[in-house]
Amino acid sequence: MELNQFTAHELLAKLKNKEVSAEKILLSLQERIHKTEPKVKAYARVGEVENSAANPSALSLLKGLPITIKDNICTAGLTTECCSKILRGFRPPYDATVISKLKENGATIFALKANMDEFAFGSSCENSYFGPTHNPWDLECVPGGSSGGSAAAVASDEAIWALGSDTGGSIRQPASFCGVVGLKPTYGRVSRFGLIAFASSLDQIGPITKDVQDAAILSGIICGHDPRDSTSVNQEVPDYTKSLTGDIKGLKIGIPKEYFVAGLDTEVKSIIEEAIDKLKTLGAFTDPVSLPHTEYAVPVYYIIATAEASSNLARFDGVQYGYRVASDNLIQMYKMTRAQGFGPEAKRRILLGTFALSHGYYDAYYLRALKVRTLIKQDFDKVFQDFDCIVAPTSPTPAFKIGERAQDPLKMYLSDIYTISVNLAGIPAISIPCGFTKKGLPVGLQIMAKPFNEEMLFRVAHTFEQNTDWHKIKPKL
Amino acid sequence: MKYQTVIGLEVHVQLNTKTKAFCGCSTDFGKAPNSNVCPVCLGFPGSLPVYNREALNSAIKLALAFNCQIQEHTKFDRKNYFYPDLPKNYQISQYDLPLSRNGYLDIFTNDTPKRIGITRVHLEEDAGKLIHEAQASLVDFNRTGIPLLEIVSEPDLNSPQEAFDYLTSLKSIIEYLDVSDCDMEKGSLRCDANISLRIQGAKELGVKTELKNMNSFKGVKDALTFEVQRQTKLLETQEVMLQETRLWDVEQGITVSMRTKEGAKDYRYFPDPDLTVFIIDQAMIAGIKTQLPELPQEKMQRFIKEYGLTEADAKILVSTKNDADFAEQCIREYPGKDKKEMANWIIGPLLSEANLRKVKLHELKLDKKELISLIGFVQRQDISHLSAKNVLSQMIDNGKTAQALIKEGNLQQISNTEELAAVIETVIRENVKSVDDFKAGKTNALMYLVGQVMKKSAGKANPKVVGEIIRRRLS
Amino acid sequence: MSLDKETIKHVAHLARIDLQPSELEKLSEELQKILDFIDKLSALDVDQVKPASHILPISNVLREDKPQVSLTPEMALDNAPDKKGNFFCVPKILE
Repeated sequence: MELNQFTAHELLAKLKNKEVSAEKILLSLQERIHKTEPKVKAYARVGEVENSAANPSALSLLKGLPITIKDNICTAGLTTECCSKILRGFRPPYDATVISKLKENGATIFALKANMDEFAFGSSCENSYFGPTHNPWDLECVPGGSSGGSAAAVASDEAIWALGSDTGGSIRQPASFCGVVGLKPTYGRVSRFGLIAFASSLDQIGPITKDVQDAAILSGIICGHDPRDSTSVNQEVPDYTKSLTGDIKGLKIGIPKEYFVAGLDTEVKSIIEEAIDKLKTLGAFTDPVSLPHTEYAVPVYYIIATAEASSNLARFDGVQYGYRVASDNLIQMYKMTRAQGFGPEAKRRILLGTFALSHGYYDAYYLRALKVRTLIKQDFDKVFQDFDCIVAPTSPTPAFKIGERAQDPLKMYLSDIYTISVNLAGIPAISIPCGFTKKGLPVGLQIMAKPFNEEMLFRVAHTFEQNTDWHKIKPKL
Repeated sequence: MKYQTVIGLEVHVQLNTKTKAFCGCSTDFGKAPNSNVCPVCLGFPGSLPVYNREALNSAIKLALAFNCQIQEHTKFDRKNYFYPDLPKNYQISQYDLPLSRNGYLDIFTNDTPKRIGITRVHLEEDAGKLIHEAQASLVDFNRTGIPLLEIVSEPDLNSPQEAFDYLTSLKSIIEYLDVSDCDMEKGSLRCDANISLRIQGAKELGVKTELKNMNSFKGVKDALTFEVQRQTKLLETQEVMLQETRLWDVEQGITVSMRTKEGAKDYRYFPDPDLTVFIIDQAMIAGIKTQLPELPQEKMQRFIKEYGLTEADAKILVSTKNDADFAEQCIREYPGKDKKEMANWIIGPLLSEANLRKVKLHELKLDKKELISLIGFVQRQDISHLSAKNVLSQMIDNGKTAQALIKEGNLQQISNTEELAAVIETVIRENVKSVDDFKAGKTNALMYLVGQVMKKSAGKANPKVVGEIIRRRLS
Repeated sequence: MSLDKETIKHVAHLARIDLQPSELEKLSEELQKILDFIDKLSALDVDQVKPASHILPISNVLREDKPQVSLTPEMALDNAPDKKGNFFCVPKILE
């Protein structure tokens, strides 16, 4: 086995025993990227050389282990463009809080940043200015999105582990499509400072890893209060690795009936049902539950997320950074810069969000959406009064073909139908590999828990993982 | 007057916190362009705002001083519009849940009190500065993100003078609170005005004009005065009035229409998801109330009650906090029973000395003990009031004591009858006609004779004593 | 709710995005489809529901009024497409 194929915790053990060096690990990644990146295209700006100084400190927790970062998380001095033309050449003068935390713990920030849908607008990674990423399990398929680059890099061993961001499923859905582990932490659990905002009330940074233990370790590092983020919660971070007990006996798991309706791929459905049976045999109790407002999650999301995005993305105007179309007229400069700098999906969402907030429509759209968001949150609150967690599919389908949904935005939006409610409710959820379709595409199992109960997710996910082998299977590239 | 003028003012005040509203950048004025900036106030991608505790505290103080109701539940909203001085292309402001509402401010116009309603006081952030050159506009973001308060009045002001008095009163209170420099020239206080005219007694408001670009309180008054005339003329000639924004041109003394192509503004306000809500409970309000200083109105009432001052005098003394403190120290230290004596000295000679020197009362270099000593000399009739004023001026100039200056100038009044007798005799001899007039009952003649004695004694004779001697001598 | 082209043009102006005629055509079709889908929300009775403008139950997050190091003007202007001395430069604003 090559070094790049190991999990982070395996490599940390090897680093501790001085069996390997951080430099060797970096080298193995570079070799792998040289070989498979032309097929997978998990990274942005591969041709450009940027410095990524190894940060090996024998005493530190992460001992120089490299980590791949999504292109929307600010890395001081490293180009950060959200895979958009409008941020061309942007080098942030500061590190995101998660990057500072990783560096403090001795991580090496990998110089190549992971590909993504422009500004995280998408579920397929096709909306990148740098072109699509390919699914390592089937190069004709999408890796999911928007953190498709991060997930594909981890799945193809072009990364040891990675950070993504999740606004409506952008970590969990690509994790599911690529057969890796992806966690969306509770809103407020991880600092958003330095995460280039898509929708501020929904965004969270989270880990994409090869197994649950890695996700627990990485969460332990990136979670925690940040005084620079008003929405970051000041609550102690437990040692998540202590949740990896392998025991779920007696846990009460809710199975939401609204997630098993028309639209759910039959193959996915039976794989998920098998996974649920597995959890039962491991000692958990399962019962059907109802999340009655599930069908409204997608429309609510596409109002709230686009409204916030329309405002968050107003700053990309060619004045302080990024791309500018020269003009001697200010308004023309703004309009041409934004017309040429944003891709079609970004424009679609900005216009939709601007409309939802505009005079005369605010109450009918934005305000109404905020109210339905309350109802969606209440659905979860109610279920969690009686249940420890909820288990459901991460996505209604396995990875789809590149181009298949690109021409139909609405169809694309519905890809996130099972992940969006979690962001609207602010709760944590994890996606773990739970099987493969006949064509060999991975399927993800989604586990959701109460706010700030990531421990429950790790416990259930780890127990399932330790009793199955899905996470050990690697794509042939 | 056929028409009633209706004015509402929108005042923006920069809070004098050490750091900006949402980041730790310094608020120092006059720094090199773009040197007081960071990723947050530049609106760099990924940066996030966290509000300044001191700014919230100051804002609540101000709202309480303006008798506003502090809202229990308040939040920040985004006001979206594109402009190069706005790095995020939205301003963090407040929309439907402002910090406070329903306050008032009492003003005096021609000594008539009037209560002006305050619609709301809300929190927001300042924009940057633009410099327009021939080819391009230059942007400096140093001012961006400085905490601002917007204070919106009800349309309760009915004349340019009332608007002026409102601003004066508002500034006085804010200075008492020490939450802003309130310097219109430096831009730490800005004022826009809405003005319309209607037939006296009419209920409907007329078409309003928004006035901008006034750089002083006088500018506000002048612009409003011009606008009253302009609108009156339009109404008289029944011309069409447009609802528009007009800029005050201080050079020409006129308002000019600001022709904008933009239609109605659509700011797309919505709650800022990067900031949490604020719950301001009674305990917090009570805590801040204890930090409130005595405000001008209260101080005035206390001065009247405690020191027996007239309302007019007390009002002058409390207009700025430092001067009021100075005056009160003087009054307290003054040993005489009638505190009005000291008040008269402050409002009279002292204030004119300050005005002459273009400084504030409290900035006068004057030892209070010496002032009291000087007043003592006058009361004991050791020196004349006139001499005392000269001594005061010299005291301020050179810091010498009252006693030394009186001695140096040989200003001691002559009240000794014998010393005065010779001079009086001479004057009686030399002014036979006036003596006769006095004897004939013309009291004015006595004044003349006293004046002559004063002249001959180089102003040192005590005029009261002189008058008495002459009266006795001639009766 | 039907979305006419004038509304889209107005919204595009508010958002400062220049739209080519072909884009306008395509967008109005796509956005109309999305809006039709979103309109299912109007079926819900939400009169008594409080809007969730903030999903977290946290409030009063404040920072102390302590100055912190700012960026140097060089760092602030490092990414600027156009600058002059210490200033950011934009096309002349016509007032």
